[in-house]
Amino acid sequence: MGILTFLELKDGQIKKGSLSAITCARNLAEKTGLKYDIVIIGDNLEKAAEEACEFGAKTVFAVKGIQGYTAESYKEAIEKVINESGAKYFIAVGTSVGKDLAPRVAARIGAGMASEIIEVLDGETFKRLMYAGNIIATVKIKTENKVLTVRGTAFDKAEKSGGKSDVKFIEIQPSFNKKRFIKVEETKSTRPELTEAQVVVSVGRGIKDPENIKIVDELADVLGAALGASRAVVDAGWLPNDYQVGQTGKTVAPQLYIAVGISGAIQHVAGMKDSKVIVAINKDPEAPIFQIADVGLVADLFKAVPELTEKLKKLKEGK
Amino acid sequence: MKILVPVKRTHDPYSKIKLKSDGSGVDMTNIKFVINPFDEIAVEEALRKKEKHGGEVVVLSIGTPEWVDQIRVALAMGADRGILVDTGGKYLDQDAIARIIVKVIEEEKPDLVIMGKQAIDDDSNQVGQLLSEYLNWPQATFASKLDIQDNKAIVVREIDGGLETVEVELPAIITADLRLNQPRYASLPGIMKAKQKPLKTIKIDELGVDLNPKIVIEKLETPPERKAGIKVKDVDELISKLKELKALPF
Repeated sequence: MGILTFLELKDGQIKKGSLSAITCARNLAEKTGLKYDIVIIGDNLEKAAEEACEFGAKTVFAVKGIQGYTAESYKEAIEKVINESGAKYFIAVGTSVGKDLAPRVAARIGAGMASEIIEVLDGETFKRLMYAGNIIATVKIKTENKVLTVRGTAFDKAEKSGGKSDVKFIEIQPSFNKKRFIKVEETKSTRPELTEAQVVVSVGRGIKDPENIKIVDELADVLGAALGASRAVVDAGWLPNDYQVGQTGKTVAPQLYIAVGISGAIQHVAGMKDSKVIVAINKDPEAPIFQIADVGLVADLFKAVPELTEKLKKLKEGK
Repeated sequence: MKILVPVKRTHDPYSKIKLKSDGSGVDMTNIKFVINPFDEIAVEEALRKKEKHGGEVVVLSIGTPEWVDQIRVALAMGADRGILVDTGGKYLDQDAIARIIVKVIEEEKPDLVIMGKQAIDDDSNQVGQLLSEYLNWPQATFASKLDIQDNKAIVVREIDGGLETVEVELPAIITADLRLNQPRYASLPGIMKAKQKPLKTIKIDELGVDLNPKIVIEKLETPPERKAGIKVKDVDELISKLKELKALPF
């Protein structure tokens, strides 16, 4: 009986975004009186296992023997841990890995699953968004086993809580052989990760030409911001796919979100409307983005953005 | 090659969604219905694969008889035949839908299933993955490129941080992401031909699937609306407003 929390690793370290799953597990533990465990999967796990021990989990399960991620092999690892720990809940953050993996685990253990929850009401009811964030649904999972993915922006990244969990290393040899990992082409960027950044500068169709993206790049540089994009910009191939903010892209909730040349379609707004302060710069005063922006500037972005960059640069250096 | 494409009927993505005044459901008056946009991309991809490798494209919908409208659209785009599993309007969760599709797959024995990665109403993003597990087939979700070679599919997937390439043996489940293709419009001759194409209806009870939901919706509500703030006249005023809101990182 317990809660199993899945943390993703990158280069042998726990991904910061994964820590939202621990916050969700703690909420759930508080409401059910259950304990939570952590599972990590990969190679060279020693360092990550040590780090995972500091988040107040009862046991950290570290599963070795899998090279590269596939939902099929990770599912086998998780099933093995669930059999050993007797977990009734499985929690992952709704990243591209979490979304790919969690339903597969749910089907395997006969669990009902709630996708990308934003709140834990009790041990079986949860809140989640539907219709591109236009509706909040309260859902109840009726099965004994339950699987949850967590919307990262709705749960804080957990802090270490002191203490030390037990670590259990498990070795597995995945049996599934109908899928082969070939390669990953990583988007090269020196900027903070979109979902973790304090400031996000996003660019829309109004930028007109990929050459012009350097204008918003410079603004993002001054602010130490991540760069995001509307679907139109990504569809046009002007920025890579993982820059897309929206219903089907990434969900962000930074301290400051600056939308440049973005009209504000509901699909885009779904991915950024929980940002603390939203700034919109658009030459069309009727653009829907102004209906949700805290601060709107109706202006030609090709004049306003370079001016903003220059003035912020001076402000920053003056301090 | 036989390709099965499950499609869902959803609201037009550009329509304004609001709750009924008593909160019992989403107000669907004056809403236009379409094929779920991700499923439409899946239909297009199936047609392109058929055009290249030959075979048959079968479209499956699980809903009420009105859903035939969306099956007809897929047939007009070029799919060969349609199947409607008539639910009689019963509430079905994602898991029940997946298990119904399993039944149809056992009957139809497709080489490949292509479907949208998520429906734009539920936004759950589950059915393709559930289906893969129930069948013990490989899955390639969030596909932005699909190539069939011999008995394998090479799939480029959209992931956080870039693009991933995997190879899966057929039969497999592929779920479509936005950039897989740009769906065609149904041509007028296509629409005429679609009327003659075979369309079979199966009553849901005939499938012998346990339809008890694992997850139910207890309540729907509207999120607090974000109010429009102020408009500033120039960059200087914008900066002083940002300072006032303590929104700047320096």
